[in-house]
Amino acid sequence: MSQEPETAAVLPPLVLIVDDVDHGREICSEYLEFRGFRVATAADGQEALDKAFELLPDVILMDLSLPKIDGWEATRRLKKDERTRAIPVVALTAHALADAHEKALEAGCDSVVTKPCLPKDLEAEVRRQLAGRTR
Amino acid sequence: MARLAQIDPSPEFRGGAGAGAKAKLALVESLLAEQEARPCALFVLRWLVRHAGIERGFCAVVDGDMSRITGLTGIGVPLAALDSFTLPLDDRAHPLVVALAGAEPVAFHSSGQGLLRPFDTPLGADSFHAVPLSRSAEHGDFSPGLLLLTSRGDGPLGEDVRWAAEILGVRLVSLWYRRAQMDERRHKRERSWLFGIINAVTDPILLTDSDGRILIANAGAEMLLTADDQKSEGRRRAVALNNMLFSAALFNAEGSEQSRKELLLVDPTDGQDLLFEVLSTPVKIRFGEAGVVSILRNVTDLRRASEEIEENYRKLRAAEVEARAERDRLDLILNSVVDPILVTDPAGNIMLMNPPAERMFTVRNSAGSSTEAERRVRANDAVFTSFVSTNIFAGASRHWRGELTLVDPETGANVPLEAISGRVSSQRGEETAVVTILHDLTDAVEKAQLYEQVKRHSEELREKVRLATAELAEQNELLRRQAFQLEQASAAKSQFLANVSHELRTPLNAIIGYTHLMLEGVSGALNPAQNEKLGRVDSNARHLLSIINDLLDIARIESGKLPIQVERVVVPDLVDEVMTEVEPLIAGTSLAVARSIAPDVPELRTDRQKVKQIILNLLSNALKFTPQGSVSIVLDYHAPDEEVSVAVADTGIGISDENQSTIFEAFGQADSSYAKRHGGTGLGLSICRRLATILGGRITLVSKLGEGSTFTLYLPRRTRK
Repeated sequence: MSQEPETAAVLPPLVLIVDDVDHGREICSEYLEFRGFRVATAADGQEALDKAFELLPDVILMDLSLPKIDGWEATRRLKKDERTRAIPVVALTAHALADAHEKALEAGCDSVVTKPCLPKDLEAEVRRQLAGRTR
Repeated sequence: MARLAQIDPSPEFRGGAGAGAKAKLALVESLLAEQEARPCALFVLRWLVRHAGIERGFCAVVDGDMSRITGLTGIGVPLAALDSFTLPLDDRAHPLVVALAGAEPVAFHSSGQGLLRPFDTPLGADSFHAVPLSRSAEHGDFSPGLLLLTSRGDGPLGEDVRWAAEILGVRLVSLWYRRAQMDERRHKRERSWLFGIINAVTDPILLTDSDGRILIANAGAEMLLTADDQKSEGRRRAVALNNMLFSAALFNAEGSEQSRKELLLVDPTDGQDLLFEVLSTPVKIRFGEAGVVSILRNVTDLRRASEEIEENYRKLRAAEVEARAERDRLDLILNSVVDPILVTDPAGNIMLMNPPAERMFTVRNSAGSSTEAERRVRANDAVFTSFVSTNIFAGASRHWRGELTLVDPETGANVPLEAISGRVSSQRGEETAVVTILHDLTDAVEKAQLYEQVKRHSEELREKVRLATAELAEQNELLRRQAFQLEQASAAKSQFLANVSHELRTPLNAIIGYTHLMLEGVSGALNPAQNEKLGRVDSNARHLLSIINDLLDIARIESGKLPIQVERVVVPDLVDEVMTEVEPLIAGTSLAVARSIAPDVPELRTDRQKVKQIILNLLSNALKFTPQGSVSIVLDYHAPDEEVSVAVADTGIGISDENQSTIFEAFGQADSSYAKRHGGTGLGLSICRRLATILGGRITLVSKLGEGSTFTLYLPRRTRK
């Protein structure tokens, strides 16, 4: 365990991509991997929680409309837990109405990105969150 | 008589040196033959002129009341001077009065020696002698008169003068004495007549002296004011009382004027009050002493009668006033009734009518065709008279009712009338009058018709109102329902739009995402043709995305679901921020972009994000639609309106007048080809205007085609949520 920080310094950041839509997960993961990130994916809220606790990713990209446990609830649980509280959660939503946005921030999301968005914009947001965490 | 004997003509001549005895005898005889004083005196004066050396002279005698001396007759003396000569005997120091009292003649001289005359005589300025007549002691201090004589050549008086004076004195006294006797008899006679007269007057008459003592009283006065001891006690008391009352009345009436007053006395015989009117007249009695003649008129009955008359008159007046008031009330009532009222005698002749009746039964002067009106009035009269008289003879009841038709004298229109008549009978039961009230039935008919009409109209109106109200209610309900539906529809629309956008976004996300992946070379390198075509896919996908985003914005604004975050906003900073953001855009043009900020622009409380969105949109548009020239941003503050303005002016293509009105509408972009060229959605200005409105501001546009446009955003200092 004492080697963990060293390992982390070598390994690229791990991004957990949560999306119930296959192509959403695919575009995101392909692009971020292409751009040098490590990527994990989850297709529903429960899986997202499991993977988050298991992998402790550096950033979580969380679609809000999810089966089983939705993105808001999943974020709330992550933010309640000691282990996952510090992980930045970027909400992704196709709901353009403002209340979806607000509800996401209320649930504990660190930022919100409206879909559709360019993969490179997502990358920029991820990098911003990572920079904020290190600082 | 004894004194007369002394002056009997057996004259004793004292020193009769002058005139002869024969002349003296002749004088005596002539005096005795004469019965009047004046001729006697004249005889003596003539005798003295002829026989005793006298030139002029006159005789003055003492008056009957012994108060003065007056001229009697004279020779060589002006008559006027003689008549006016008078000397009061009261003036005892007067030289002539002294001479009269003396026994000897006195000589008065005009000048030089002797007595000066301090008085005028008819003799003028000459010296004269005053010779007293018969200085017999029996006549007291005064002789009966004086002779005033001037002697020829101013010589001394002869003895004959004194003789003649004595003779004349004796004769005058004897004449006076006889005269006095005759007067006394006459006076007695007259006195008895006078008493007869005043006693014949039933009114009490009295003469009182200045002390109020009764000097003369007639029988009537005596009855009231005198009572001897034989009379009863009550009567004496009554008389005493009357005297007191009378004296008091006289005392109060003192004065020189005739006075009239009322005096209440007591009838001494029956003790009843008697009212007298006292007429008091001041008179002179004896030597200037004042007295009063009072005539008492018994006005007791007169007073009573006059009081009665007065009372009757008063009653009459009261009755008259009452009658007049009654009459006035009646007139008032009659005049206030709108229906004609007539009072007729039993024959039907009109005795009295009120103004509405006059309208039917008299001709008004103003009427144009008076003859026509007169004819109608006569006809009315005839109809009415026959109506009354027919009913009077036929009817047994006291009242009757009927209908008759008269003619309006002015218009000639028939007037159907209902008549109600009542008999008025005297106390003896004979018919004295008939009172008739006419009621105009045309009015009633018309009123009834009118009422029906009004009723009908009102019902129609009510029905209309009812219908209208129902319709209104229905429409209200409809509107309410429509409003509700609209609201629902609007909400549904917003929800729909949100859903649609969500559903559109997901596939669009895939398109954009995959395109991007490929363009970034994630799936391997692309040849130039693939790259170019994929590039088109990308730009169209992005355009589609911005349209969806703008549509969503509009939907959010319209559904009111766009929250406003009010915070402090420093507009110049915001402008700088926007300019930084559009820096890449500016860099791609050759435009001069300027910024000007007024020093007094205050901080605003508004929604920073929305203001920024508007300014960004306006500035982007200006840059997009200005091929060359400049773009400027001007910030200003309008203190009176408390508004901040942000004007974005360009020298661009401008907007035509007809397009200026639609430019703010959705998809109202002036030239759609531009949108395509510049990637606009045509929704930007529409969103800007809507945003400005929800912030409490507005956007205005000034533009000319081909010259440029100026969009100005006005914002209030404070935006209310």
